[in-house]
Amino acid sequence: MVAGMTGFLVRRLVQSLVMLVLLSFVIFWLMALMPGDPIDLLMATNPDVTSADAARLKALAGLDRPIWERYLDWAGAALSGNFGYSRLYSIPVLDVILPRLGATLILLGISTALALAIAIPVGVMAARRPHGLFDYVVNLGCFAGISVPPFWLGILLILLFAVTLGWLPAGGMGRPDMPLGQRAVYLILPILTLTLLSVGGFTRFLRAAMLEALRQDHIRTARAKGLSEARIAWDHALRNALLPLITVLGLSFGGLFSGALITETVFAFPGMGKLIYDAILASDYNLAMLSLMLATLVTLAGNFLADLAYVAIDPRVSYSDGADA
Amino acid sequence: MMAGNSGSPLARAAARFRGHLLARASLLFLLLLTLAAIAAPWIETRLGVNAMTADLFNARMPPSAANWLGTDEAGRDLLTRLLHGGRVTLLVALASALVSACIGTAIGLLAGLGGGRLDAALMRLTDAVIALPVLPLLFILAALDLAKLGLPSDLAQSQAAGLWRIVLIIALFGWPTVARLVRAEALSLIRRDFVRAAVALGAGKGAIALRHLLPNLASPIIVATTLSVGNIILFESVLSFLGLGISPPIPSWGNMLSNAEEMIWSAPRLAIWPGVMIFLTVIAFNFLGDGLQDALDPKSDSDLGRD
Repeated sequence: MVAGMTGFLVRRLVQSLVMLVLLSFVIFWLMALMPGDPIDLLMATNPDVTSADAARLKALAGLDRPIWERYLDWAGAALSGNFGYSRLYSIPVLDVILPRLGATLILLGISTALALAIAIPVGVMAARRPHGLFDYVVNLGCFAGISVPPFWLGILLILLFAVTLGWLPAGGMGRPDMPLGQRAVYLILPILTLTLLSVGGFTRFLRAAMLEALRQDHIRTARAKGLSEARIAWDHALRNALLPLITVLGLSFGGLFSGALITETVFAFPGMGKLIYDAILASDYNLAMLSLMLATLVTLAGNFLADLAYVAIDPRVSYSDGADA
Repeated sequence: MMAGNSGSPLARAAARFRGHLLARASLLFLLLLTLAAIAAPWIETRLGVNAMTADLFNARMPPSAANWLGTDEAGRDLLTRLLHGGRVTLLVALASALVSACIGTAIGLLAGLGGGRLDAALMRLTDAVIALPVLPLLFILAALDLAKLGLPSDLAQSQAAGLWRIVLIIALFGWPTVARLVRAEALSLIRRDFVRAAVALGAGKGAIALRHLLPNLASPIIVATTLSVGNIILFESVLSFLGLGISPPIPSWGNMLSNAEEMIWSAPRLAIWPGVMIFLTVIAFNFLGDGLQDALDPKSDSDLGRD
């Protein structure tokens, strides 16, 4: 059984790596199809550059060569740890990205933890009396949470807490020389936005998983033994309901990342999302490539962790990887 | 249990749908919204206001008898501009949802009926698309230069191409949900007696897919598609808000909010209304989808319909 398990995980890991490589080419190819390479931009801003100069510059930068050749160059350099320089920031792209990746992970980590801390108790309580008043109100809240435009929620919170009440800053991340406590204030609204965005989906999912878990035979057995309903729900059913929640958490990394991206743009928060947006719009190829690859890597890692958690927790999972019904 | 245990399956489904108060209210809201959006030019003339051309002398006017919701930063009437935006937003969302549903159904049927390697390959593709960091990729796709793909440049820059580009790129990422659903349902239907009888009578795979599977797949596809419309509206609004979706001068609820961060200081009204429209429309589609699920798939445990 352990051999089957390891085989399954290795196969999944290889699949993820293959996908990462394929995606890196697709993204590279799409970036090349975007309007305005750096030389075009230079020509547009500097009238002294003639088209002969532009052609020479393009040849110099290799922009006249076929896309796949350029891709192989990039991939070769990337494999040896050289991701090139950023055109926007004029420093190695890794130095641009790492601090921002940290900022995004802080944002995502705290808001996801908060969302789960709310979703789990609320989901369990809602499932204990399905169609009761509490369940109904919670469901309405969840529907509102999954239906609100993410950037607009951020704007409403700024309107309330920054414009009207004046309690919190509207955006940014503070100055590096501020004390930590003062800088943390800048995190409150982005974290609140992201938490509100994800808590509805998690709660709905956990409630459904709890209802499913409460229908199982061993719950009836537990009831027959005379265990209290609270104990059955919190102890026996929740344990089974958490498993699908963990999987869904892994699978939602991509969505969470998208949410962080929007939130960062609204709050001018210097994280990965804002960086990707700026890099793509400014045709900063090196920067956009590496940050998109990191975003993909994080998403794929989330999916892989979901698989891993599933295998680790549930001994019944079958490791056959083919087309299962 | 309400009345609804007698009559044809359709009548019973209709009775169950009527029991879902929020779905009924949502349907009414969406119908009214669609009508108002279609009638936008007419309403504009009737009220004697102007939603499309700038009138800077009347910028940011508060609500008045003529401009019920006031005017925007370029002096255009906000209410009728919202209705014009609704036309674009609804059209793009419904078209994207339909295209996604068609692609998803085709791929799901192909995988379910094809089986074997084809099935495995298609399902890997589906998993891959689901796993993608969608939003950054949408950025790139929305910024693509269609002329570099070989499209004539005047066509590539036309307004219609702008709308269809959004429909296509949203559909490109939207089909996996339906594909998975259709495949799973198809696999379970294939084992049922009526399909096996058709196979025994010599029906080909195409005939089975079209005559026997599709009619039975209609309900889950309708439910999934309705639920997807809300998400698509959110996607479109995010792209347009960031300046990568529907581009001005065509109004959409998303691009009406693209200046919202500045407007919250000067005219918060302008930052609120388009968002309210998006929120109400998306939640209405979600309630409607919930109600349809309740009505068409009685075994499912609906969240909000209860009696």
